[in-house]
Amino acid sequence: MTNNTATTGRKFEERDSAMNIFDLYHRMESNKVVLSFKGDVTSELMASILNIIEQRMEDLNEAPKLRKKVYNVLVECLQNLYHHIDDLPAEDGKNGRDRSAIFMISLNSNNGYTITTGNYIQTDRKASFEDRLKRINSLDKMELKELYKEVLSADGRSAKGGGGLGMIDIARKTGKKLNYDFATLSDEYSFFSLNINVEENN
Amino acid sequence: MDSILIEGTPKTPNVSFDHNKGALLLKGRSIPENSIEFYKPLVDWLEAYSANPQSKTVCDIQLEYFNTSSSKCLLDLFKKMENMSKGGREIVINWYYEEDDEDMLEAGEDYQSIINVPFKMIEMQE
Repeated sequence: MTNNTATTGRKFEERDSAMNIFDLYHRMESNKVVLSFKGDVTSELMASILNIIEQRMEDLNEAPKLRKKVYNVLVECLQNLYHHIDDLPAEDGKNGRDRSAIFMISLNSNNGYTITTGNYIQTDRKASFEDRLKRINSLDKMELKELYKEVLSADGRSAKGGGGLGMIDIARKTGKKLNYDFATLSDEYSFFSLNINVEENN
Repeated sequence: MDSILIEGTPKTPNVSFDHNKGALLLKGRSIPENSIEFYKPLVDWLEAYSANPQSKTVCDIQLEYFNTSSSKCLLDLFKKMENMSKGGREIVINWYYEEDDEDMLEAGEDYQSIINVPFKMIEMQE
């Protein structure tokens, strides 16, 4: 698992994509990738990834503060993949469900870590999801705190348990805008990608 | 009523809910994918406890990590405590955080501003 080559899927590469492909190339080229994965995100896989990254950060003597931030953000990213991947239609030569996602974590040039995720979502869910992301990105630190508390104390939670707090939490912990992209693949499916930098002095 | 004692795992915390002592403890990591499944028995226990609580209940939250899925469940527990407090029982929530872990301190302060129960923020030296 550790040194798998991450591929982003044929359809995604074909489009004129902003951040991911060049960034991906650059990072793999410069050998800063700690771990990358493409496939079905299971509970066991998440546990293994967290274990590996935690161990690696310890080996690298990262400051406890950075370790905790990376670990927290990583948990949210992986659980987003686990809970929110939509089934992909069967492609040529494949049958049945494909819940494939890509995930990569690498060292970045600011002594922090960059986490990249990509997954398919149904296009009809895209608009409301993107609205939430735009809203999060429009808020400052204090407003994010208020939104977090508002969503936290709101009754009810999503059927998947998360309650819509994950992205707000990532924005708060990193102190940065969410850097995301949607690629429309068909009327039915889009590809969502997220690129997150976690650094110590956020 | 029986106490709850649960050993921690890499994804779930140690739990000790002791009725006789009025002492509640969550310690370790809380990052399960399905938090409701893990926390439902704890919320139910606290509901039963609140029918016949000790005059003073101390809750120690000593979490190293918790995910957003657990955060709603923690709030459910704190709301039960808030109800006990409204009923005239003495409740204290001790929120532990490791030195320099501002995120964990801030998470405690978020709860403190939502829940009307005395919170004590306790910094632990590493």
